[in-house]
Amino acid sequence: MYTQQVMDHFTHPRNVGEIPDADGIGEVGNAKCGDIMKMYIKVKDGVIEDVKFKTYGCGSAIATSSIATEMIKGHTIEEALELSNKAVVEALGGLPTHKIHCSVLAEQSVKAAIADYYHRQGIDPAPIVGTIPACEGECHL
Amino acid sequence: MNRFIYADNAATTAVSTRVLDKMLPVLRDEYGNPSSLYGLGGRAKMLLDNARKQTAAALHAQPEEIYFTSCGTESDNWAIRGACELMEQKGKRHIVSTAFEHHAVLHTLQALEKKGYEVTYLDVHSDGLVRVEELKAALREDTGLVTVMFANNEIGTIQPIAEIGKICREKGVLFHTDAVQAVGQIPVDVRVQNIDLLSLSGHKLHAPKGVGALYIRKGIPLPNLMTGGAQERGRRPGTENTASIVALGEAVAAACETMEERARRLSSLRDALIEGALKAIPHSRVNGHREKRLPGNVNMCFEGVEGEALLLMLDQAGICASSGSACTSGSLDPSHVLLAIGLPHEVAHGSLRLSFGTETSMEDIEYILEKLPPIIQRLRDMSPLWERIIKEEQ
Repeated sequence: MYTQQVMDHFTHPRNVGEIPDADGIGEVGNAKCGDIMKMYIKVKDGVIEDVKFKTYGCGSAIATSSIATEMIKGHTIEEALELSNKAVVEALGGLPTHKIHCSVLAEQSVKAAIADYYHRQGIDPAPIVGTIPACEGECHL
Repeated sequence: MNRFIYADNAATTAVSTRVLDKMLPVLRDEYGNPSSLYGLGGRAKMLLDNARKQTAAALHAQPEEIYFTSCGTESDNWAIRGACELMEQKGKRHIVSTAFEHHAVLHTLQALEKKGYEVTYLDVHSDGLVRVEELKAALREDTGLVTVMFANNEIGTIQPIAEIGKICREKGVLFHTDAVQAVGQIPVDVRVQNIDLLSLSGHKLHAPKGVGALYIRKGIPLPNLMTGGAQERGRRPGTENTASIVALGEAVAAACETMEERARRLSSLRDALIEGALKAIPHSRVNGHREKRLPGNVNMCFEGVEGEALLLMLDQAGICASSGSACTSGSLDPSHVLLAIGLPHEVAHGSLRLSFGTETSMEDIEYILEKLPPIIQRLRDMSPLWERIIKEEQ
């Protein structure tokens, strides 16, 4: 049911781990739903120098977070904010319909990490990043 | 080196050589319609009669009490919907069941609730067992049907069927049991256990998919589910699936012949797996009563990991298993069975069911015990939930 790309990212996830001195950390999802994504970013001169993730969830949750890290690493914050769940799905060669929500989480986890980065800089992230809906278990479409 | 281990026998089983040998000649040569008068039809009819005897013998029933169906789900639907029509005639509209029935039963009951029937779902407690006193207390004047599964398909717990049957018979309430997981695995005796209606399925015991049976105790005028021809003594229309019915009869007979020895062997494999996994994997637990469970059923939860990811990794190691996580059920919630025994969602998401069968060996268990702990560890290493669990522990 999964594409080769999904299985590749699930089997060999890129950028797994933590960044101890991260400049921004974002966590989305909740245990009740069965998936949590935690994204760490290291920013230098507006560029995401390093990114690491940890994910609790199904195969596609792990694959979407893995590919999302690849898609933003080395890019500017502005570019990372452009990352859409659709782009994540396309990069993975598609996801089963009931797994699309994993790609939404991947997008949100990047945004949450950037929001945290701005927050630490003393900048209100809301006008830049927008609001990231808190997961109340309603995200499973 | 990777092995291939099929540990999902509760989902379905491979058709055995013995069954296939009986079935293939029927497919090839005995194409006659059992309702036809000429010799070819008569031979097909005899094949059905023989399969009926084999099936009846396995349940300690009479052959005329066995009706072949297309699957376990059809049997469940027929039994429950038919029983409701019967009780309606007596002005009864209350049913007693459990919260962890198979969806074939549960969704049928939910459909009946929409039609105005009232259903009491008994608690199955943390050990996955119905309490007979609670069943007794749930019975009312207008209770017309009790439907409690013989053994649970996910956690394998075996219900006190004989006690339930006794109470139902005393109170004059119809008793149906979905015995799809039980027949051929543990002793079933519809006489001793006072069972009125019993559903079984072929593909759980090495017959092919698409064949099942319903036992209807003699004298119960269960209305038909479908209308049509006069097959199955006018109670289940549709030209008989002769080859599959022959397969079912042979499979049931084979399963019963080897039941005792297999039950002993599988129980020890099951216990070895459970003990090994509990020892090797911290924050793991067994779901359902440790002894009162099907010989080949293991169901465990591993905190901090999600079931689907676990299954994918086991698959890569050549191990076929299943899980009750939301992602594998394709719904919002994890398995209703695991929720019914009181597991929180986040624990239920990390469930794993291994169900062993005739082919399972001690080498398979050792292989699973070698592969499982590092897979769990790998998933935990990348799990923020596990990180939280460990932090809270410290």
